[in-house]
Amino acid sequence: MAVLEVKNLSCAFGGLMAVSDLSFEVEKNEILGIIGPNGAGKTTVFNLITGFYLPIKGSIIFNGKNLVGMKPYQITKLGIARTFQNPRLFKKLTVLENVMIAMHKVYEASLFDALFSNRKYIQQESIQRDKAEEYLYFFGLYKRKDEIAENLPYGEQRKLEIARAMATNPSLLLLDEPAAGMNLNESLELVNLIATIREKFNLTILIIEHHMEVVMNICERIIVLDFGMKIAEGKPEEVKNNPRVIEAYLGKEVKGVIH
Amino acid sequence: MRRNLLTLTILILILFLSVLSKNLDPYIYQILVFFGINSILAVSLNLINGFTGQFSIGHAGFMAAGGYFSAALSVYQGEKLLNILSFLPKDLAQGAIFLVFLILGGLFSAILGLIIGIPTLRLKGDYLAIATLGFGEIIRVAILNLDVVGGPRGFPGIPKLTDITWVTFWAFIAVVVIYRIINSSHGRAIISIREDETASESMGINTTYYKVLAFSIGAFFAGIAGGLFAHYLMMLHPSSFTFMRSVEILLMIVLGGLGSITGSIFGAFILTVLPEALRGFAHLRLIIYSLTLIIMMLVRPSGLIGNREISFYRIFKFLRRKGIN
Ligand SMILES: Nc1ncnc2c1ncn2[C@@H]1O[C@H](COP(=O)(O)OP(=O)(O)O)[C@@H](O)[C@H]1O
Ligand SMILES: [Mg+2]
Repeated sequence: MAVLEVKNLSCAFGGLMAVSDLSFEVEKNEILGIIGPNGAGKTTVFNLITGFYLPIKGSIIFNGKNLVGMKPYQITKLGIARTFQNPRLFKKLTVLENVMIAMHKVYEASLFDALFSNRKYIQQESIQRDKAEEYLYFFGLYKRKDEIAENLPYGEQRKLEIARAMATNPSLLLLDEPAAGMNLNESLELVNLIATIREKFNLTILIIEHHMEVVMNICERIIVLDFGMKIAEGKPEEVKNNPRVIEAYLGKEVKGVIH
Repeated sequence: MRRNLLTLTILILILFLSVLSKNLDPYIYQILVFFGINSILAVSLNLINGFTGQFSIGHAGFMAAGGYFSAALSVYQGEKLLNILSFLPKDLAQGAIFLVFLILGGLFSAILGLIIGIPTLRLKGDYLAIATLGFGEIIRVAILNLDVVGGPRGFPGIPKLTDITWVTFWAFIAVVVIYRIINSSHGRAIISIREDETASESMGINTTYYKVLAFSIGAFFAGIAGGLFAHYLMMLHPSSFTFMRSVEILLMIVLGGLGSITGSIFGAFILTVLPEALRGFAHLRLIIYSLTLIIMMLVRPSGLIGNREISFYRIFKFLRRKGIN
């Protein structure tokens, strides 16, 4: 059963079609990779799914509900979480606070409970703290919980971003270039982590990635974008040898040299 | 336990001030009253600018709205209500009426806050700064043209109900309310907007709701401060609520520290005492304030204290560290 169905999705900025007539499906529990040269429209697809951009056409059906027109926070509440291409942590807050904020939607104490500092408030605060610590423990960040987020090494910041996304309790996780800036060892560790969280949290995962060792290792299926259009779809080894894909990448490489 | 201690401290402090106020030098007394009112203004503006990260520069407008509203209630309805409540001891009845009028003034400000906040805070960016700047002026011009509250002549005949006990009481309420909001998940949601609004939204936080909430609570307390101010001076004039006044409140929190409650109070203290000390240079105020604001923003944007709270524990730790080195 498809958890997410994207149908004829188009998005434009001025005259530029960042995504055009894109359709694909994501099956439950699958890890689907999205690859493509820079500027192909991958991040835009994430921004459309999570409600940050409004498409000019098409629909995004998540568990039978059309997400188009919903606000980002409503979409998160339905169970879609994401990370950002450039980490967007709450930099000046502690690691623990970063994760606690992600759990706000299940916090049951009202503003008045907080004002009177009553039993419900105290109970909810400790539930939130304990749960957040559990997440940090799982992601190996527990020892760091009282550190300021921006003081973590880069690799751990990326990990914290995933931990924070998971703390919103999603059933679909969108990862935007999670291995960017990582060395080979770190990205293989990341591959393990992604496989583990899929098992543990029964997740469906959409991942944008450039590191081929990551993509080839964990994606069951890949779609390839170029100029906002889907130019290929299939198993990793099929896609790797697809002439259109090779051309898209090579074409960009040449341009990359020129600029 | 900690809670009871806090309540006890408040009670003792208010009691202490009430006794003390009888034989306080009237000049010192007045400075203390203004310090309290300024603290309310600074702490409430800090909820908006410091904790939520929205830039409001119209706090004087909300102060005026609440002040004039509760003053008008006192002038036009006070006597009537006092007669109705004549079965109560006079002081008690007077106090109860004052409390209700102050709260109504605060609510009036909060409603105006909603009216400005809902359309502007839905957008990202500095629309709030522009809207509040305009609002501050509109309120003043509206008052200038409202004859029931005296227009440009000012609004006299307001009963003197504010004393240092009332001011202390409300300053504590403002501090406790804002402190407790900040230390809950609601407060963390508010702070996350300041840190990164996009990330905050993708954590499932209804950022518009929390921005409007913080803005209205800030407006509410500014209205309360206005009411206390009105019932202390017994006379209101539109010239008390110019843009300059908003800048002054802004300077308090920039000096003290955006995102620090204790810092706001510190800033309020400096900006209450310093102008008194520099009376001779009153005409230079505008220049001094603007320069200080610019210098602070450039050199120490987190304020003299930063977004931390001052506590005895911190002071102790600091002193010990100095001692060892
Ligand atoms: N908010 C925006 N405003 C204008 N152009 C945008 C915006 N977001 C993306 N684009 C453009 O859309 C295209 C696709 O961008 P993006 O989705 O970020 O590509 P990538 O595949 O590298 O993630 C690019 O040409 C980019 O400049
Ligand atoms: Mg991208």
